[in-house]
Amino acid sequence: MMWKRAIGGGAVLALVGMSAWANFFIAPTERTMGLIQRIFYFHAASAWAGMTAFSVCFVASLLYVWRRLQKWDSLAVSAAEVGLAFITVVLITGPIWAHPVWGIWWTWDARLTSTFVLWLLYLSYLLLRTLIEEPDRRALLSALFGIFAFLDVPLVFGAIRWWRTQHPAPVIMGGPGSGLEPTMRMVFFFSVFAMHALMALLIVERYQLEKLRTEFDVVRREAEAL
Amino acid sequence: MSLLSNAGALLGKELRTEFRSRELLTTTMVFILVIIVLFSFTFDPTSSESRRFGPGLLWLAFLFAASLMLQPCFLREQTNDTLSALRLSVDDPFAIFLAKLCANTLFLLFTELLMLPLFAVLYNVSILPAFHWLLLVLFLGSMGVSLAGTALSAISAQARMRELLLPLLLLPLLTPILVASTEVTVGLLDRNPYMQWKGVGFLATFDLVFLTVLWLFGEYLLEE
Repeated sequence: MMWKRAIGGGAVLALVGMSAWANFFIAPTERTMGLIQRIFYFHAASAWAGMTAFSVCFVASLLYVWRRLQKWDSLAVSAAEVGLAFITVVLITGPIWAHPVWGIWWTWDARLTSTFVLWLLYLSYLLLRTLIEEPDRRALLSALFGIFAFLDVPLVFGAIRWWRTQHPAPVIMGGPGSGLEPTMRMVFFFSVFAMHALMALLIVERYQLEKLRTEFDVVRREAEAL
Repeated sequence: MSLLSNAGALLGKELRTEFRSRELLTTTMVFILVIIVLFSFTFDPTSSESRRFGPGLLWLAFLFAASLMLQPCFLREQTNDTLSALRLSVDDPFAIFLAKLCANTLFLLFTELLMLPLFAVLYNVSILPAFHWLLLVLFLGSMGVSLAGTALSAISAQARMRELLLPLLLLPLLTPILVASTEVTVGLLDRNPYMQWKGVGFLATFDLVFLTVLWLFGEYLLEE
């Protein structure tokens, strides 16, 4: 088991290294923004990975409510924590990119604001978990909140997009006239793949930790009952 | 049919409990009043400034008030140990939510309607020209707040630090309601009032989504 995890970790590390190399040396320099645009491969890929992690949390929450197996709760909390870490990276790299390009660190635009609200929702999800003592109740109630929060995301995005709109229009899968230069697109999708691999690795590691913690908790409760 | 008659009976119980003491309604109204007065110090409330900032602060006051008002919704049942009795009395737990949802929407609407004229007088905006549309927005907005709030108060009632937890969970979730109702209200309080149907449609969608979610997952919130 140990060597499997070491190989997995090594492979993901190599993949992330390769994607960093690709976005510095293979992707062409963008015409108007220059070097700083290269943060895009990291910024947008983290955003996609974060969203995937939250989707994993949503599905795991649904499965928990349906099947009531401890593993789904462990997966949900692992995915939520990892997703929150990736979205935190997005919220930090965003201003670093925005400041030289737009001249401001932050603007209350649709995608920035909805990402921030998303971040807040999952922060409160993790906070909620710390405030319920009993394990089964914590699992069920946080799963339900996870479902509400995930379903709220499209509504938050819709509301803010309609009424408060500097962020560039979607480049990937956007309307006609949008799109990336082919090499850039290749590097971008490679970064997305690398970030997803990193995300999966982190979720698996976090899941193992959660499993140990649960086992420990059970043993401790038994010991206290004696 | 039994769902509706059960919900009706429970709604009667909610209303009776509240109108015996009227604690919740009076406290909420005073709270909204305090916020409205305090907000006036944060900008110069002339008529034109109020038209720009008024609707937002009004809805923010309603949201803050709701996040406090919804607190006892399930907590009361828990401290009086009546939750199990409630669950035994109906075959579908959705009836409990339906009753509490209607009661909370009514309470919110009632306080909002009493506070609205005061807001209009203090901030120098006229609410009468588009009052019927304002009523519609208040109804859809309050219903959205109660939908999410009723569900979350069932969660927060079972946690520690619940007084802080409910606003924390609820307010980010209500971002869509705040944005949409504020924008529609800005239109309605304009010198030449206009209606943004897009916003009304959006509020209705929010309500529908959360009503469906509550219908699907409500029973799990009350598990013991």
